[in-house]
Amino acid sequence: MADLRSEFVGIKSPNPFWLASAPPTDKAYNVTRAFEQGWGGVVWKTLGLDPTIVNVNGPRYGALHGSDRRLLGFNNIELITDRPLQVNLDEIKAVKRAWPDRALVVSLMVPCEEACWSEILRQVEDTGADGVELNFGCPHGMSERGMGSAVGQVPDYIEMVARWCKQATRMPVIVKLTPNITDIRYPARAAKRGGADAVSLINTVSSIIAVDLDRMAPVPTVDGKGSHGGYCGPAVKPIALNMVAEIARDPETAGLPISGIGGITVWRDAAEFMALGAANVQVCTAAMAYGFKIVKEMIAGLELWLDEKGLERPAQIVGRAVPNVTDWQYLNLNYIAKARIDQSLCIQCGRCHIACEDTSHQAITAMKDGKRHFEVIDAECVGCNLCVSVCPVEDCITMAALPAGALDARTGQIVQPDYANWTTHPNNPQRVAAE
Amino acid sequence: MSAVAKADRIAAGRLEPMAYAGNFADLHPPLSRHEAVVEAERCYFCYDAPCMTACPTAIDIPLFIRQIAGGQPVAAARTIFDQNILGGMCARVCPTETLCEQACVREAAEGKPVRIGLLQRHATDAQMATGRQPYQRAAASGRQVAVVGAGPAGLACAHRLALLGHAVTIFEARPKPGGLNEYGIAAYKTVDDFAAREVAFILGIGGITIETGRALGEGLDLAELRQRFDAVFLGVGLGAVNGLAIPGEDLAGVQDAVDYIAQLRQAENLASLPVGRQVVVIGGGMTAIDVAVQAKLLGAETVTLVYRRGPAEMNASRYEQELAQTKGVLIRHWARPARLVGEAGAVKAALFERTRLEAGQLTGTGETFELSADMVFKAVGQRFAAPALDGVALAHGRIAVDGERRTSLAGVWAGGDCVAGGQDLTVVAVEDGKRAAMSIHHQLQR
Ligand SMILES: Cc1cc2nc3c(=O)[nH]c(=O)nc-3n(C[C@H](O)[C@H](O)[C@H](O)COP(=O)(O)OP(=O)(O)OC[C@H]3O[C@@H](n4cnc5c(N)ncnc54)[C@H](O)[C@@H]3O)c2cc1C
Ligand SMILES: Cc1cc2nc3c(=O)[nH]c(=O)nc-3n(C[C@H](O)[C@H](O)[C@H](O)COP(=O)(O)O)c2cc1C
Ligand code: SF4
Repeated sequence: MADLRSEFVGIKSPNPFWLASAPPTDKAYNVTRAFEQGWGGVVWKTLGLDPTIVNVNGPRYGALHGSDRRLLGFNNIELITDRPLQVNLDEIKAVKRAWPDRALVVSLMVPCEEACWSEILRQVEDTGADGVELNFGCPHGMSERGMGSAVGQVPDYIEMVARWCKQATRMPVIVKLTPNITDIRYPARAAKRGGADAVSLINTVSSIIAVDLDRMAPVPTVDGKGSHGGYCGPAVKPIALNMVAEIARDPETAGLPISGIGGITVWRDAAEFMALGAANVQVCTAAMAYGFKIVKEMIAGLELWLDEKGLERPAQIVGRAVPNVTDWQYLNLNYIAKARIDQSLCIQCGRCHIACEDTSHQAITAMKDGKRHFEVIDAECVGCNLCVSVCPVEDCITMAALPAGALDARTGQIVQPDYANWTTHPNNPQRVAAE
Repeated sequence: MSAVAKADRIAAGRLEPMAYAGNFADLHPPLSRHEAVVEAERCYFCYDAPCMTACPTAIDIPLFIRQIAGGQPVAAARTIFDQNILGGMCARVCPTETLCEQACVREAAEGKPVRIGLLQRHATDAQMATGRQPYQRAAASGRQVAVVGAGPAGLACAHRLALLGHAVTIFEARPKPGGLNEYGIAAYKTVDDFAAREVAFILGIGGITIETGRALGEGLDLAELRQRFDAVFLGVGLGAVNGLAIPGEDLAGVQDAVDYIAQLRQAENLASLPVGRQVVVIGGGMTAIDVAVQAKLLGAETVTLVYRRGPAEMNASRYEQELAQTKGVLIRHWARPARLVGEAGAVKAALFERTRLEAGQLTGTGETFELSADMVFKAVGQRFAAPALDGVALAHGRIAVDGERRTSLAGVWAGGDCVAGGQDLTVVAVEDGKRAAMSIHHQLQR
């Protein structure tokens, strides 16, 4: 059986599933319940300096629902912990003592002054915690006060604070990145230059989740007004995956450990983050939606999948998909695929037809010999995958690659065996001569 | 002793007074708002959707379901009513298992169609709950149309004509409008006086007057109507029932199912309606099923439905047959009635002969069996009883019409159960009425 024990920047945990810094990790009570269910570690809810911040006393959350009110996206306007620093520190110390085998990392956010950081780091060290995570991500409230994403959006600040922290403590320092930036590689590089041991990402995406059309105000609405908040949950996973991959394949940050966060709900999500370079993962929304027991599915699922692949440790899959993430210009333009509809699975809904007919390439029939019948017309199919995406039946429509030497009925050309990309394509004004 | 037993054989109030309400409650309770949205989201929004093709009134089903999913059942209702103004009743009585839901691709995929009927009810109920009218009439055309019969066909025709600006007078023989919606449909399919509420909703558009107690052929004739009105629509349904043509048919306790159901539907208090202890129903259609189930719900001890052919040949759908069985009705196939046996003028048993198919022909085997019975319902089909129709051409015993529902007489249209080629369904009657109205409108515009 696969062994899920994990080590991240020297911090050991029985599995790679940590709870992200958020309400689930705000108190000893919650964290103890999480450990009882099997979570490998937690990043404690972000600490700040006293006097504590205050949260709004009305609604803090908003949701984007899928069918049957399944939570697809989640939005919050909550701030960092609103409990006194000493209370948190005492609880952290007690929990770490009670659960020595679990990872306990403390998230921090204090003003951009070296003294503030060195002081709080000293206090955290006293608790026996395993490491710290610098919260440069929170997109609301704290950023208005020059913290959170206000720091995370300026690479120079990231570098500066990371350096202060590394000088002030022997604990591993993880820098948590905000996605509210154009190119995620810049803050990651800055963290590395500052000496950070790792980056974690993503924090929440700036968002307005909905508008209350009766009150004419954003949701959640506090006394008639709303503010942008932070978006997370399954809906942000694609954004997070791309950002993780960008850092993993950037030569300047190659080898920098990554803790993957964003929409992880089941084991497969975690495995995908790992394949793109995350050494472990953190979870918030899924736990808030379903409770701590979800980790049991993640643990069992990852174990079984590794066993099926004949692998022993999650580390063996970390970064395995990174070499296959490339730039568009290097994709093989000689690769030609056509959609194939398995008639035995087709339930005749016609969605593929109308999608292709109305919005794409008119490559699927609706009728054959006077009967309702959906079939791909190779002479029109560009292989775009739209029909596959909209078909309600799994595996009913698949994309099949044409073998070299076959005729592409659409272009009338023979499929070439060799690889040829845009950089050498005759239509490319900037092409380089193919050798 | 025999007198006491006999007196008890057909009796009212067999159940505890409280039991009737439960027995005759909504067969399919309405969906809650959340259930409706969840169900609506199961719809794939098919292209050229098979369910739409299967609906005789061609309701844009994927569109109305999407409107429910979008949180607007009232908009969904408008989509439904545009095609079928009796969409509320149809949602309750259509055999969806052989219409839209049979065609649903999720039926093909997993045997669980989207519950279109219940969603349609959700939407139409929402509209009716607003108490508002979804439609505004066109400017008055000055044209007058007579509609004979206030059943689904006549009502659908009248509503569409009124919408288009014509003035409509409905002549209805019975004291209440609604046709079989009011007098025939099983009570548990249309609870809370829905038939009457729906009629009120339909008439709410304005421009329609109903004259009840006015029967064509009884002081009202077609020639006169053709003179007084610019067009006439006949939606008189089926007036007669088939007999069994066997000895004993006139014994006390032998009844037409349709008449009994009409009594039941009109009963102020179901506990006052007499029902037998041992009931036998002869027939295999919707009427047979309905009378059997309702007799059971009224407290009959045994109800046996006997049909001369097999389950597949029954006009009642598989679903209706199973419903009857769940309610405790015993269905026996391959037997036909030979004689009803009486005692002191009242039926006491029914004798059946077993049947089988021989070279495609139904034949008696000569083998018989007897079922004790104190009530026997005849449900072997209804017939068109032509009132004086000014020589309108018939086909297969019903009024002959073309695709636009025009009869052989100029200026006379017909639809619903009284025309040839239909399916004797509420929804088909609605479609007929609507088509006839469109045809009349085009004619009047010339
Ligand atoms: C017991 C029973 C149960 C049924 N259950 C279902 C069901 O669950 N689902 C379904 O889809 N269908 C069902 N049907 C069939 C459905 O009720 C009919 O197909 C539908 O009502 C036909 O509508 P119509 O307007 O043509 O006729 P009707 O509903 O019969 O209406 C005809 C109207 O014309 C009036 N009329 C008749 N003669 C004259 C005259 N000479 N002058 C003036 N007025 C006259 C009648 O009084 C009546 O009001 C059932 C039928 C029966 C008998
Ligand atoms: C209510 C709420 C509060 C959060 N508070 C913090 C916080 O204090 N510090 C922090 O670093 N991230 C905070 N986050 C962000 C999460 O740790 C995490 O990065 C983000 O939600 C994405 O992961 P998910 O999709 O699994 O939720 C918060 C998220 C939520 C929903
Ligand atoms: S792959 Fe794209 S072009 Fe080809 S049939 Fe499907 S939708 Fe049409």
